[in-house]
Amino acid sequence: MSRISDAISELHKLDMEADKPGWLQGIHPLPKLFVTVLFLVITVSFGKYELSGLLKLGIYLIVLFVLGDISVKLLLKRMKVVLALVCLMGIVNPFFDRREMLLLGGFAVTGGMLSAATLMLKGVYAVSASYLLIVTTSVEEICYALRRLHVPKLIVTVLMLVYRYIIVLLKETERMTEAYALRAPGQRGLDYKAWGTFAGQLLLRSMDRAQTVYDSMMMRGYDGEFYLRCKRAAGRGDYLYAAVWSAVLLFLRAGSAG
Amino acid sequence: MHMADALVSPAVAGTMYAVSAAAAAYSVKEIKLEDLDRKVPAMGVMGAFVFAAQMTNFTIPGTGSSGHLCGGMLLSAVLGPCAGFLTMIAILAIQCLLFADGGLLALGCNVWNMAFYGCFVGGFLIWRMAAGRKMTKGRITAASVIGCIAGLQLGAFSVTIETLLSGITELPFAVFIGMMQPIHLAIGLVEGLITAAVLVFIYEARPEILYGYAQEDGGSSGRMSRKGTVTALFAAALVIGGVVSLFASGYPDGLEWSMEKVAGTTELFARGNVYQLAERLQGITAVLPDYAFKTSDSAAGTSFSGIVGGVVVLAACFFICVLIKKVKRSK
Repeated sequence: MSRISDAISELHKLDMEADKPGWLQGIHPLPKLFVTVLFLVITVSFGKYELSGLLKLGIYLIVLFVLGDISVKLLLKRMKVVLALVCLMGIVNPFFDRREMLLLGGFAVTGGMLSAATLMLKGVYAVSASYLLIVTTSVEEICYALRRLHVPKLIVTVLMLVYRYIIVLLKETERMTEAYALRAPGQRGLDYKAWGTFAGQLLLRSMDRAQTVYDSMMMRGYDGEFYLRCKRAAGRGDYLYAAVWSAVLLFLRAGSAG
Repeated sequence: MHMADALVSPAVAGTMYAVSAAAAAYSVKEIKLEDLDRKVPAMGVMGAFVFAAQMTNFTIPGTGSSGHLCGGMLLSAVLGPCAGFLTMIAILAIQCLLFADGGLLALGCNVWNMAFYGCFVGGFLIWRMAAGRKMTKGRITAASVIGCIAGLQLGAFSVTIETLLSGITELPFAVFIGMMQPIHLAIGLVEGLITAAVLVFIYEARPEILYGYAQEDGGSSGRMSRKGTVTALFAAALVIGGVVSLFASGYPDGLEWSMEKVAGTTELFARGNVYQLAERLQGITAVLPDYAFKTSDSAAGTSFSGIVGGVVVLAACFFICVLIKKVKRSK
């Protein structure tokens, strides 16, 4: 499967997961966004040697993944990119920080090893938390939450439009790539002579599509305003979700502070 | 160049969110002077275009590897720097949410490192060099390459500074910068050439699409003035320089290093309630007390007993959750 087909299929899967019925999917997007950001802030606030405290923070992920019945298959795929980057940054730590921090039997664990492990765990936690958010909340709902947080209307509207047109343009790109590949068998990627014409044609088609989109929006009465709605207003359960998780996360952080 | 959440500290993430938000607020204010109704759909579709175009492999002759075009630069050339910047924010947010490319917390850093430099520095260069006078293919190519290289070099430098200030890596500054800048010089060159190829094609096919082309013989309405851009860049430099330097002096990552040099130890001997609570908690979770500390006063968070305790807590939590789920299902 090509990279483009992969991306399209991943987007479809994420959409389907977010639409699935479930108690976690049913929680209002605002508390979910708040708890996710709080979890991320607390995760990265741990010092480079505070592995034990960081480990306990995993409670949040385990509870939500297990009780929310969230599939980890897609998560593992997403993890590859981030772990590669984080490993690249952390792998040098054992060479520069050789202070012995503790002994495991006869094996001395250095500060660099601890900081590298902490960094990797932070990477895993951060990706998992973002995944939990997107797999239980649609992009429209996240946009709604952003508007409630007073993020400018223009930015939220563009975010929503980009998301809506990604699949359309990915399919367009896939068609063009396939047509090119059929005319240039055995060639990997685009030849430099076709760089300008290929991407330029795609850009021209996109601009024409933008005009069509604008015309159709005007026909439907677009007046510069996008009206975002949430399925329901935030209730007591949603506030309780935010309050309980905030308390748990802050307690775990305070308990690990030294 | 996307930074992950694990690579930033809360202070650096917050600072970068603040400076990126300031640039976004400026862009929103500027763009409101333009034909917004028509521009918004164009921004959405162009954002999706950049996303799709970045999925295409542009083969680099003689290397066997591939590159992609510079989104910020291209968006600036078509939509203008402010609209391009806002569109890049949307692209980066979607990349981090849907594809785990970058992080939610590191979004402020990524917006600054890629969108700000790509759109304002790259955009500024291309429009001063190419659109400022009569456009030619040569001018567009030169501006694209210089703009991409400048944007990527500044972005790579910012990544280095942000990572080091976050205290994530043990790499010395000189080694880190020595790794980051040359590789991004090569990437910038390739991305600049790809972007130039696309822009030259557009210039030949439908030049009116290029931002500022219609005003070539007229005034400079809708285009950023040199004074305005320089002032914005200078203000941004002052803000980030001031805030970052304050942050650096307030929270030095080399604190332990300094303590070791001065006092001969890296440990904090202060005993507060929170510290005692942490010790007590760790005492409870320490299930393998036979594993000795290297020294009796080593940092609590690094103790092996604490780590094992954490694993045990997670395992217990996992089994409790599975149990609850099974009970729920059996009902």
